[in-house]
Amino acid sequence: MRFDTVIIGGGLTGLVAGIRLQKAGQNTAIVSSGQNALHFFSGSFESFGEPTRELADLFSEAGIHLHYKEGVRLMPMGTFRPSALSLEDISLFPKPQFGKKVLLVNIVGYHDFFSSFIAQGLEEAGMDVRIRFLNLTEMGIKAPGEMRSVQLARTLDRNWEKVVQEVRLLLKDDDTVILPQVFGLQDASIPGRIRQSLPAQVVFAGTLPPSVPGIRTLHLLKHRYGVLGGTYLMGDEVVQAHLYEGVVHSVVTKNLGQHYLEAGTFILATGSFFSKGLSSTPEKVYEPIFGADVSFLPDRNGWYNPSFAEKQPYIGFGVCTDGDLRVLKDGAPLSNLYAAGSILGATHPELGTGAGMCLRSALKAADSILSGPVPSHSDNSPCHSDNSPCHSEQSEESVESQA
Amino acid sequence: MKYQEYTVSPHNFEECTKCTVCTVYCPVLEVNPLYPGPKQAGPDGERLRLKDPAFFDAALKYCLNCKRCEVACPSGVKVADLIQSARLKYDHSPIKLRDRILASTDFMGKMVRPIAPVANLVTGMGVTKTALDAILAIDRHRSFPKYSGRSFEFWLNRQRKEQAAFPQQVAYFHGCYVNYNYPQLGKDLVKVLNALGVGVQLLDKEKCCGIALITNKMTKEATAHATHNVAVLEKAVEKGLKIVTTSSTCTLTLRDEYPELLGVDNSAVRDSVLLASRFIYEKLEQGAALPFRKDFHKKIAYHTPCHMEKLGWGVFSEKLLRMIPGVEFTLLDSACCGIAGTYGFKKENYKTSQAIGEPLFENIRTVNPDVVACDCETCKWQIEMSTGYPVQNPISILADALE
Ligand SMILES: Cc1cc2nc3c(=O)[nH]c(=O)nc-3n(C[C@H](O)[C@H](O)[C@H](O)COP(=O)(O)OP(=O)(O)OC[C@H]3O[C@@H](n4cnc5c(N)ncnc54)[C@H](O)[C@@H]3O)c2cc1C
Ligand code: SF4
Ligand code: SF4
Repeated sequence: MRFDTVIIGGGLTGLVAGIRLQKAGQNTAIVSSGQNALHFFSGSFESFGEPTRELADLFSEAGIHLHYKEGVRLMPMGTFRPSALSLEDISLFPKPQFGKKVLLVNIVGYHDFFSSFIAQGLEEAGMDVRIRFLNLTEMGIKAPGEMRSVQLARTLDRNWEKVVQEVRLLLKDDDTVILPQVFGLQDASIPGRIRQSLPAQVVFAGTLPPSVPGIRTLHLLKHRYGVLGGTYLMGDEVVQAHLYEGVVHSVVTKNLGQHYLEAGTFILATGSFFSKGLSSTPEKVYEPIFGADVSFLPDRNGWYNPSFAEKQPYIGFGVCTDGDLRVLKDGAPLSNLYAAGSILGATHPELGTGAGMCLRSALKAADSILSGPVPSHSDNSPCHSDNSPCHSEQSEESVESQA
Repeated sequence: MKYQEYTVSPHNFEECTKCTVCTVYCPVLEVNPLYPGPKQAGPDGERLRLKDPAFFDAALKYCLNCKRCEVACPSGVKVADLIQSARLKYDHSPIKLRDRILASTDFMGKMVRPIAPVANLVTGMGVTKTALDAILAIDRHRSFPKYSGRSFEFWLNRQRKEQAAFPQQVAYFHGCYVNYNYPQLGKDLVKVLNALGVGVQLLDKEKCCGIALITNKMTKEATAHATHNVAVLEKAVEKGLKIVTTSSTCTLTLRDEYPELLGVDNSAVRDSVLLASRFIYEKLEQGAALPFRKDFHKKIAYHTPCHMEKLGWGVFSEKLLRMIPGVEFTLLDSACCGIAGTYGFKKENYKTSQAIGEPLFENIRTVNPDVVACDCETCKWQIEMSTGYPVQNPISILADALE
């Protein structure tokens, strides 16, 4: 099967690049071996500045509304973090003390929302907090068998008005209500409608995964990609690539076997370690499909920081590219393979980290593709990272170079 | 330290990172509070079962074996295979007569076919349904698939000579449904393949693929079927024949369930077993052409059956249908219809089954197509019973669209 572009990896990066290319008239396919990091998404696109018109349109056409305000957001453990570009659900405040009297609402039987940690954090920031529990059964709502965010959201999306009623009864002179982020899985308008129905500021606070706003975002992007005519191959894995003289001709997938996916250009958006875009042995970090050059610290002892909460160096490891995001292999760019998203690690500090970097690199890779192939071998600015040198692999087993 | 790279646990269960992604996609977890869900029933439970088989939980029987958890898992854990293997290995409860009857699709076919008109009348009668419901716990809402008077094998055998005259040959694994209940689908396949210059042969006495035996934990019988089928498939493959199929579930069983669940080695035939839509798509891609009618108009909504989703071949059926001039095509959101083979026939599962299917039925009603297309016979019964819309295999639609 032949496409203009085949995108490997169907998370935030692959979908945004795919939508951009479909909008520009390309015929693309996305291959994704499993679900992705949007299932853990907080709702804030870290390190993205003010959204361009193009980006805001791309999201709003998919039914996703973004807002941008420099400030801080409340984290699931009651701490605060600087954030800017976010989904509409996420409240952004100029400073951590965003209210005086806070009613913090949890749900009986739900163990994935840490209300007492949050209360402690808010009290440290100078707020008065009362925690109250909703009892779904007493409210006449049949609780789901499994009390996790997604199952709860499916139930509460049908019953959010009852929740509003109950919260109204609990409200005294509180200026703020905090609810867990378990609303609006299928219907993105519900968080906004809850906000409008309560006479206090409403803040939705993060829960343990899976992330309800993240999954909703994923489904909306995926739906939009389908409407634009994109082909999404869910649950399939690229296991091999056919290269010839620095050009990728086709990729082989687990499900399609002998039926290769051919394309003019390819995007590698397979994510980081969690998604297996990067893998490691005790000796090295490598990219499994193309054997692309990867920047990592040679000394394994430097990969981790023993303190869990500290910055972990391995998160910064990533695939090396040139300035147009073309993937380097053995020091030279493959002319039609671009990398984008968290597989880049922090090898491009100017792109930032987190989901903001994913958006920016997805659009950049798509734009490089749309502006046509300009193989500029002189423009090799491999690996911007200062402490993690690039490592070339001798052709990995998975790559079949044709003679 | 190389051993790390080569150690693979059964069904990859040690790869589980406890990320909870699978729990988002399990259709049973959503509606049946008795079911522990893929993570607990699969990798979590496996750790306990390995310690002590007493940890086996009988509630694993509620698993549909839809494989949606596997398709979603970012870490490649074969969650559904773990669950089905555990049932085969640890569940020693006696097999009900009802389950034996439901599982023995080809035995029933053989017995009932000669008295088809009577059998259809009897199984369709209110009294019989009530009796089946009361005595065997087969839900009264279900309509039994009709039995055909002449088997497909009988029909194809009569034109062996004509078929042998075609320059290219394939063998057809038709399955019980085509043979006993709906020979028309087999005839449609023969029509389309003949139009492409391909003649169709029977295998040397295929048996039911055995999926219903597996899900009703009749391991011994299932293994006997698998061994027999692999032997006849090998015979065909040795003659240089590809094997085509028209049922996504039979295909998945022949290719993946045999080695994964029954330990039957099918490596000599696995890559030769192709769903007809893939075979036909590949012929067309290589330059063959089909003589389409000019006056064909149909609004088609395509439903991807769970096992098709797992195979990852829905794309072939989709692209084929889109190729037909005069087709208005909609891809339905991927969701389980709830029947899962014999599962939905059981009285204790009827409600769960219908609740699972509801989002799909709703989606179909909204699209309001002329016909729903799908490659699975049990989905067909379920969707037709629950929505009233007609359901056709893509191959039959293709046959209708030919001159
Ligand atoms: C747990 C977690 C939480 C995060 N939270 C945030 C947050 O709140 N805010 C933020 O800004 N950033 C966050 N991030 C950073 C994250 O990297 C980005 O948010 C972003 O979602 C990553 O998108 P991606 O598309 O690049 O990669 P992923 O979402 O990881 O997607 C990669 C996809 O590629 C598939 N894939 C891998 N190998 C293959 C193959 N061989 N063939 C086919 N498909 C393949 C994977 O299955 C996966 O679906 C988080 C990251 C993680 C891991
Ligand atoms: S999705 Fe896979 S890795 Fe995650 S909990 Fe389920 S089985 Fe484990
Ligand atoms: S196979 Fe289907 S029903 Fe069984 S656990 Fe997985 S998702 Fe749930």
